[in-house]
Amino acid sequence: MQTFSKKKIEVIIEAPALKKVVQAFDTRKIIGYTIFPVQAGSGHEGRWDATGLVGDMGRMISVMCVLDAAELDAVLVDIEKIIRTQIGIVLISDVQVIRRDHF
Amino acid sequence: MSFLTPFAAFGLLRLLSNFRPVDAAAVSAHYGSISIVTFIAATSALGRQSVPYEGFMVGVAAAMETPAILAALLIAQRSSNGTVSEPGELWRHSFLNGSVVILIGALVIGVITGQRGAMALKPFVLDLFPGLLCLFLLDIGILVGRGLEQGRKYLTAAAGLFAVLVPLCGAAAAAMLSYAIGLSPGGAALFMTLAASASYIAVPAALRLAMPQANPSIGLTLSLGLTFPFNLVIGIPLYIWAATQIIR
Repeated sequence: MQTFSKKKIEVIIEAPALKKVVQAFDTRKIIGYTIFPVQAGSGHEGRWDATGLVGDMGRMISVMCVLDAAELDAVLVDIEKIIRTQIGIVLISDVQVIRRDHF
Repeated sequence: MSFLTPFAAFGLLRLLSNFRPVDAAAVSAHYGSISIVTFIAATSALGRQSVPYEGFMVGVAAAMETPAILAALLIAQRSSNGTVSEPGELWRHSFLNGSVVILIGALVIGVITGQRGAMALKPFVLDLFPGLLCLFLLDIGILVGRGLEQGRKYLTAAAGLFAVLVPLCGAAAAAMLSYAIGLSPGGAALFMTLAASASYIAVPAALRLAMPQANPSIGLTLSLGLTFPFNLVIGIPLYIWAATQIIR
């Protein structure tokens, strides 16, 4: 089957700053992304677990977006400004998709 | 009062600890704001003791949620190189966050529906309330335990002293103010509780937007891990006793 090369951005960001990340995609007219809750993990401050938390504080959210390579740099510039001060990480990877026109 | 408390708390914290100014400002914001769970626990305690209180205290709770965040931003700007990110978003988050909207909404619904509405909701909001509160507090207890474990590196003697001293000073100031403005003993106890409590839901989230350079673990550890249980176990009975002694 023929597949097509695209870029995948995964942003794992503290929940209070989620809106900023979503706005970064929206501003660039990138309409396809998926948001996942993140349960637990470990980082610079040690282990954390979202179980039982009330409110956004302490929660992490993952935003996954597949897009064309031509759009990548502009979005990354916006996301880097967010991640510079907020808690989170950004991962970029090469992926293959089946339906090119969806991304 | 909610606006002024962070200034006093900031001064005390800088005196007692070696936290960075921006961290001390963020912690101070937690202490200027309120904990609605502590407030609800206090109303429940008053209910058990059949001590009446003014209905508008729910509105006071809503009003005390956010001024502390603005005070903390002023402190951070003046005392360090702390910068305020996106002030428009911060204002929206501060004044339209979920807990403030729910509190004000509940107040408006109560005014509109009156006694009839209260009676219709009685099985849920009165009869089931102690049980639900009990379950919620048990759940929060687990959260407190985990928070203490994760934030134990911030639990110095000075921080512990701060987490107890600020609530007691806040409650004392609120007692004097309650006496001056003529609140009932129940209303005064609630006002003292509000002044003594520290936010661990709305303010930490708002501060992550407003002051992302501040360490979020410090304020949360002190407010949730120390002040919250202190108020539940010692503070609320103390505030109710003091209010009934001061205001007769």
